[in-house]
Amino acid sequence: MSWMTVCDYHVLLPERGACALVGGEQVAVFRTFEGEVYAIGNLDPFSGAYVLSRGIVGTRGGEPTVASPLHKQVFSLVSGVCLDDPGVRVPTYPARVAGGRVEVAAGAGPVEAADERRLVDAS
Amino acid sequence: MRNVVVVGFGPAAHRFVETLTERGFGGRITVIGEEPRPAYDRVALTSYLTGKSLEDLTYPVPDGVVTRLNTRVTVIDREARVVTTADGAAEPYDVLVLATGSAPFVPPVPGAGHAFVYRTIDDLDAIRDAARGATEGVVVGGGLLGLEAADALRGLGLRTHIVEMSPWLMPRQVDEGGGSVLKGHIEGLGLSVHAGAGVKEIVTDSGGRVTGLLKPDGTLLDAQVVVFSAGVRPRDELARACGLEVGERGGVVVDEGMRTSDPAVYAIGECALAGGMVYGLVGPCFTMAEVAADRIMGGGSGFEGADLSTKLKLLGVEVAQFGAMDGALDVTYMDPVGGVYKKLFISDDARTLLGGICVGDAGPYTTLRPFVGKPLPAAPSDLLFSGSGAANLDLPDEAQVCSCNNVTAGAVRTAIADRGVTDVPGVKACTRAGTTCGSCVPMLKQLLEKSGVEISKALCEHFTYSRAELFDIIRVRGITTFSELISGHGTGRGCDICKPTVASILASLHNGHVLEGERAALQDTNDAFLANIQKNGTYSVVPRIPGGEITPDKLIVIGEVARDFGLYTKITGGQRIDLFGARVEQLPQIWRRLVDAGFESGHAYGKALRTVKSCVGSTWCRYGVQDSVGLAIALELRYRGLRAPHKLKSAVSGCARECAEARSKDFGVIATEQGWNLYVGGNGGFKPRHADLFASDLSTDELIRTIDRFVMYYIRTADRLQRTAAWIESIEGGLDHVRDVIVHDSLGLCAELDAQMAHHVATYEDEWRATIEDPEKLSRFVSFVNAPGVPDPSIVFERERDQIKPMVVTS
Repeated sequence: MSWMTVCDYHVLLPERGACALVGGEQVAVFRTFEGEVYAIGNLDPFSGAYVLSRGIVGTRGGEPTVASPLHKQVFSLVSGVCLDDPGVRVPTYPARVAGGRVEVAAGAGPVEAADERRLVDAS
Repeated sequence: MRNVVVVGFGPAAHRFVETLTERGFGGRITVIGEEPRPAYDRVALTSYLTGKSLEDLTYPVPDGVVTRLNTRVTVIDREARVVTTADGAAEPYDVLVLATGSAPFVPPVPGAGHAFVYRTIDDLDAIRDAARGATEGVVVGGGLLGLEAADALRGLGLRTHIVEMSPWLMPRQVDEGGGSVLKGHIEGLGLSVHAGAGVKEIVTDSGGRVTGLLKPDGTLLDAQVVVFSAGVRPRDELARACGLEVGERGGVVVDEGMRTSDPAVYAIGECALAGGMVYGLVGPCFTMAEVAADRIMGGGSGFEGADLSTKLKLLGVEVAQFGAMDGALDVTYMDPVGGVYKKLFISDDARTLLGGICVGDAGPYTTLRPFVGKPLPAAPSDLLFSGSGAANLDLPDEAQVCSCNNVTAGAVRTAIADRGVTDVPGVKACTRAGTTCGSCVPMLKQLLEKSGVEISKALCEHFTYSRAELFDIIRVRGITTFSELISGHGTGRGCDICKPTVASILASLHNGHVLEGERAALQDTNDAFLANIQKNGTYSVVPRIPGGEITPDKLIVIGEVARDFGLYTKITGGQRIDLFGARVEQLPQIWRRLVDAGFESGHAYGKALRTVKSCVGSTWCRYGVQDSVGLAIALELRYRGLRAPHKLKSAVSGCARECAEARSKDFGVIATEQGWNLYVGGNGGFKPRHADLFASDLSTDELIRTIDRFVMYYIRTADRLQRTAAWIESIEGGLDHVRDVIVHDSLGLCAELDAQMAHHVATYEDEWRATIEDPEKLSRFVSFVNAPGVPDPSIVFERERDQIKPMVVTS
């Protein structure tokens, strides 16, 4: 697994996402209000469109989430699980801030474990 | 049973055929009516003169019902079971239903043939014609219908007199004290009341034109229009002629199943004499229609008399009467200065409520009518004076809540408990309560509240407030950011429900760019990219074309942009052009070209004003009476960019032909010879609805001021994603309340609403121009943050009818 720089941290707006091409895959990267970063697959499994990076970021019961911009299904940024339909899950990727840049783990494929967390370095 | 024939086509006949078809009657239903049109809402007749169209008032004819309009039945042959019509046609029946209604009583005085009556659309057309060029009118009859007619004459611009035989007005609903308070109200409006007076003659000139009404005491009232509204007589002539039993004073005698002395013939509505009574109110007539239909379908329901309680608003005055009009004891509240009179009748042991009368404030009607014949729920003085205090009374299950449709409190409770109804529209749909006159809606609300149905107004898990409450919090506390709001008044970090709602409120209150600072993170994808997302993740672009007017040069620019970027083009319903298939990184390039050519954002992506559609108007059209295009452009430019709880649509038609379909809009304008008529609360969509007339013959300035306030009041008080129609429906007092607030300034809000709109107009800027001039905002328009020049490879098109269409690629 190698870390791939996606963009400068300040390019990501708080509570908005952006999409990056990581090893040929579309990865949606998000920054929360508290400054943590998360990465999940950009493909919305309900519509088949690559749009999750453009959804509204929020929380549900304290868990950071994004809502699909097409039909508003809400996904956990932590686990990738659809909170409105727990049988559906999108892939998650390790993400961190290092040296003022946002990095996503490339090449390793999506993370399977739901509790794999982003690493934060707010410097 | 194969053939049911109905004679007469008024509201009772309509309710009868509607009920029969709903119950699945398998035979043939024929309705024969002498008017040239199907049944219409006679209760709302006067609104026809103030702008409601015949189409609005007309009841839909149920599928499969055969109607023969403009046709009079001349003979009923009960032996052969055939009715014959004036044109000689014969209609055989197995069951005949007489719903012939009643005729206005015209006293046999000289000149009476020159007077009008007030019952049908044709009568109203004739009165309106006669009122042209007239200055004074007299209505004979000071009862419910007489006052309606007087209101109509006043509305037609006539100085109006009311002549009533009894010593006071509305003798069937109010007593002498109430009558005197009512008289004060009516004279205050400039009408003259002549109570205790009769008619000796309708005076005409040598040309047969009416010049006045002569009273028995020899005084002459000048008038060019005289309307008789002095009671009605049942139309029982067909029944008499064929030998059916009729009452001594008229009316076809029926049993509790609405059956006449011939078992194959039923009579319903105002022509029927049921239990020795003829009923002239719509509620009992509807019940009779339902009973007759039930009996024909083999049911056993019966008509057991009806509550004759009435509540109405005549000439702006609330008048109500319920239960008995006398009793051993009575308690009266009278305020001649404020114009309020309330009286309760009570049994001699002071325990049982017998009835009541209200003038100027019908509050006790709503709260106390269900208690008639039952123990008094509180001390009479509290009931009369406490106003809303009485609202906390517990209604017994058998108490009738809706008298128009005979619905009890128990039936409403059952709908709430067993069918999961949680709001007033649900109760209406389930029980029909509140669907005719609407006076019981406050009571339905109480029943819902008291049923324990938790009607949560919380927007989402992050805010316990409704949208309207959040609007007030943000406005009063001067909050400008979502973070400030949620840290002080909510929990968590928001979601796709509360964030766009707060973004919209901040935009409505402060204007400013929707992508500025923290507000960028609140926007739905459409507002975030200032374009409409489509199923494959691409966006569509809609430049504003105000009023649908566009120069050839601008049309060419749109064509060139679409061709150069390979976009699919389609004309929208709002008279503009939608360009589909743009990737996010193309949006700024497209808009740079459009802005350079003078286009602005069309806000097709926002919960905001969309378009003001127009017909071509008086500039070109040979029928047009006003410049509809000019007004549409002015309105669209005034309200462009204004964020609202839902999208807002408008249209302007240059004449009554209504080619712009203004009545399907949130606010629609139709030109008149004198100015503009404003209609509000219309929409197409899932539940189409025609807009209601809000104000007539406005000057352009008055029109704009009224729309300003209407729109701002809507923005301030509506729920999230609630369109104007649903908003008006949800407000207690409905359209009348909205009119009070923005025309009569009953809440003292108008100055604030005006200032808010002035702020919007003064601070509007085109958000696409502002975006392409701001490198920071522009940097967000990329498919990939780490490969800004790379287009999204998942977006693929195929071709259809010479244009692109999205191809969904499954990976």
